[in-house]
Amino acid sequence: MNAIDKNLFEAADTALLRFTTAGSVDDGKSTLIGRLLVDTKGVFEDQLDAAKNVEDKKGAKGAHLALLTDGLQAEREQGITIDVAYRYFATPKRKFIIADTPGHEQYTRNMVTGASSAHLAIILIDARKGVLTQSRRHAYISRLLGIPHIVVAINKMDLVDYSQEIYEQIRQDFSDFYGKLGFIGGEVTFIPISALEGDMVVTRGDHMPWYEGQTLLEKLESASVEGKLNAEDFRFPVQYVSRPQTEELHDFRGYMGRIESGSVKVGDAVTVLPSGLTSKIKSIVTWEGELTEAYAPMSVTLTLEDERDISRGDMIVHSDNQPRVEKELSAMLCWMHETPLQAGKKYLIKHATSTVKAVVTALEQRVDINTLEDIPAPPELKMNEIGKVGIKLLKPIACDAYADNRATGGFIVIDDFTNMTVGAGMIQ
Amino acid sequence: MDNKTLTHLQTLEAESIHIMREVVAEFRNPVMLYSVGKDSSVMLHLARKAFHPGPLPFALLHVDTGYKFKEMYEFRDWYAKEIGARLIVHRNEEAIAQGAHPLKLGVARCCGALKTKALLDALEEGGYDAAMGGARRDEERSRAKERIFSFRDEFGQWDPKNQRPELWDIYNCRVHEGESIRVFPISNWTEMDIWQYIKLENIPIVPLYYAKERPMVKRGAMLIPADDAGNLKPGEVPENVMCRFRTLGCSPCTGAVYSSADTIEQIVAESAVATRSERETRIIDHGSNTMEDKKKEGYF
Repeated sequence: MNAIDKNLFEAADTALLRFTTAGSVDDGKSTLIGRLLVDTKGVFEDQLDAAKNVEDKKGAKGAHLALLTDGLQAEREQGITIDVAYRYFATPKRKFIIADTPGHEQYTRNMVTGASSAHLAIILIDARKGVLTQSRRHAYISRLLGIPHIVVAINKMDLVDYSQEIYEQIRQDFSDFYGKLGFIGGEVTFIPISALEGDMVVTRGDHMPWYEGQTLLEKLESASVEGKLNAEDFRFPVQYVSRPQTEELHDFRGYMGRIESGSVKVGDAVTVLPSGLTSKIKSIVTWEGELTEAYAPMSVTLTLEDERDISRGDMIVHSDNQPRVEKELSAMLCWMHETPLQAGKKYLIKHATSTVKAVVTALEQRVDINTLEDIPAPPELKMNEIGKVGIKLLKPIACDAYADNRATGGFIVIDDFTNMTVGAGMIQ
Repeated sequence: MDNKTLTHLQTLEAESIHIMREVVAEFRNPVMLYSVGKDSSVMLHLARKAFHPGPLPFALLHVDTGYKFKEMYEFRDWYAKEIGARLIVHRNEEAIAQGAHPLKLGVARCCGALKTKALLDALEEGGYDAAMGGARRDEERSRAKERIFSFRDEFGQWDPKNQRPELWDIYNCRVHEGESIRVFPISNWTEMDIWQYIKLENIPIVPLYYAKERPMVKRGAMLIPADDAGNLKPGEVPENVMCRFRTLGCSPCTGAVYSSADTIEQIVAESAVATRSERETRIIDHGSNTMEDKKKEGYF
């Protein structure tokens, strides 16, 4: 066993980073993921052999890297990626989950899906082509979904003679446009790579001595994983009320859920929303025993000092740090279904643990995700379109702005006739 | 590490517990599929944690083919009793009575009758609207594309091109009468995570995962257990081999690997340097009827 492998098996206490990759097959996205998996040994020999076997039949150099991430027969036949796939690899420093999403315009909904839970987004740019419309789209979606770290991987450097000038030009072009997006916060890093040859992905390679920054893997291993979570505001959506009513637990009433942000201690003064009832934390119950403090994203069971009428869908928060309680929302919405969104139609909204009836009262504007222009008062929102809407709820919910808190600012829209998930919203 | 950052195993654990609580809160009649393997053992352990201090709020359903290893049946019955779980065993008795066997029917037809049909029948009989299973996305390419809450039509079938988008950790649990959701609470765990967690939490597992000398036959690159004479093809002679199982399925169709790892520490160490995937030992994955096909038909 070599040193790396030994570290890997002992490393049961590493953190988990989730990232998404945006780019089309042409940008070398599948090749990049294949490269990361192969060079970190995230793929087994039999899987690699199977991919190489197909490559031999097709004859394209390095094609096995892309084939490793092919999922479904339909995709292999058509040479496309139709949906979000999840990949896993680990280094001695970290565990990684990749949400691998196709980058074509018609798959905006998949990119939004992949971005929703990511700490970091890799936006791939073909060094020969520079910043394209789709690069802008990917950057916009990454920021709209609140991803704290964006890595612009300028790929195919091998095809431009590893030119520093080309790298600098693309970096400048991207920065110019990104500055105009007007998002606050977040961090952008540029890395020149060749996914095919491996330069600056896992190893530095010999071709770009002029680049002194981190390799892609070093960036993935060092980016903060806390960025996704709001550490200040304690938010605890109640999932399930536990009342075992067994002999020894006759009076036990525990509120089960996950701490979506912030932390909580025994004795803290809390308020239950939307009702506004108040109490104090009596205990934090877990399988391992009672805790004095717990923090996001732990799943725990809380008990309160007072008997209160609390049910699923309620949110327990600190009394001195409360979210808004709203019946009318303004939100950015990504539409995900073939049947367009219509103003006036009733839908269901699932936000944290509550599901409420809702009506879209106004389509205020649509964002052209290619030009990033706002188009006022669109008649409808079609699949893969993003727009700003007004929503009226049948019952109030406790929520935060998505920009402040991803967990309590995001919601899904469900068609209550077909039960399909038709949209994803971010509260403003 | 920062004292307010969870380790990857704690993060995965919190996610799985969150998923199971959503299932129990939102569905009318959920059930947990229990296959007796290591992934099921981890999932069941997480379920006990999720609903602690209360009891498990659902039954365990074992879809039995009759061809599981003797050690698996012993373990299943002992463990269910030990933790006070309600265990339901369902078998396709008709096909078993007709002598369904992979060497007779071929693997695809045998699996279709004893696993897929048995599972669909059991879910229909029980009237379950959600069935939790221990599949992982890193196991197999079609599983990498499956949602955590995976919708099935009234025939129990999966339509990979028409899956519900799944954002953040907000799960759409709504189904019409007759439809159901397969839920995979350990979707994001890898084989390595499973072994590390079994070690960390001291989770009991079937002894077949630990190496010892067992009577086996070598068939091509596979080591097939010879504990049942029915598993042997004409001319095959068993010999004692030091080996263990990385995954467990039906005895005629599950290969072992050469190994001397007889403690959980050694298994974790061996998994860290494994160069071949665990599904390689499963004959079910090698036919022309792929996992994608089987899943579309309703296979777990």
